[in-house]
Amino acid sequence: MLSIDRSIIDAIIAHARRDHPDEACGVVAGPAGSDKPVRLIPMDNAARSMTFYEFDSMEQLRVWREMDDNDEEPVVIYHSHTATEAYPSRTDVSFAGEPGAHYLLVSTREPDSEELRSYRIVDGVVTEEPVRIVEPTVDPHAVQSYMFGQSPTTVDYECSPGR
Amino acid sequence: MAIEVRIPTILRTYTGGAKSVEGAGDTLSALLTDLDSKYSGLRGRLITEQGGLHRFVNIYVNDEDVRFLGSLDAKLNDGDNVTILPAVAGGAFGFAAAAAMLGRSTAPVR
Repeated sequence: MLSIDRSIIDAIIAHARRDHPDEACGVVAGPAGSDKPVRLIPMDNAARSMTFYEFDSMEQLRVWREMDDNDEEPVVIYHSHTATEAYPSRTDVSFAGEPGAHYLLVSTREPDSEELRSYRIVDGVVTEEPVRIVEPTVDPHAVQSYMFGQSPTTVDYECSPGR
Repeated sequence: MAIEVRIPTILRTYTGGAKSVEGAGDTLSALLTDLDSKYSGLRGRLITEQGGLHRFVNIYVNDEDVRFLGSLDAKLNDGDNVTILPAVAGGAFGFAAAAAMLGRSTAPVR
């Protein structure tokens, strides 16, 4: 299963819409071994195509080194299909080179709704997995402490009179 | 002549899990042959049956893509760093059609 924050999903969809009808692509990095996508890195589609995407090789080197230096890995590799469903094509399967990554596909073929699906691609075998979008709410079971004047959703910069 | 080679996750099965290995050679071609003698099968994942570099593998010498350095003939010097990355590519288009259109090798990297 892919668990990913709503804010990251929104940004990926915005990227896909911006580049439509060309395919958009990018990475969400996270701490190595955590399986947690945290840092969104939209990449250029060097192919600038409606049916094909390819990371720019120099940009990829820079981004992969940066991840290495930060002890991160590509947790999610995303791209959009702009006229077909969000299912990996034979091309996607052939070129999938990161067995540990979630391959997230966004279809922007409908103008006002997006199809979002995630896959593992290992040794040429595609396995779909559920996507859990984590809404930005406070986990009621987490141990929390708040500083004076703050609540989980608001910060009071001034104390109200009479409190 | 020692050259440090960074190995991507997908090829670490050949290097016993090592993220980086050392090799020798005065060209990229010689380096890959040297590596293959220690990590059998590695070269075959990077070179096509026709003997060229796979289109969907990126190899860099220091900060340069070897495609701009003469590909397999790229010269190497002691202390150089070589990085191998699987190209990230795909898309909705059928694979054969994409390869034909782009004039690229149809042998996929797996």
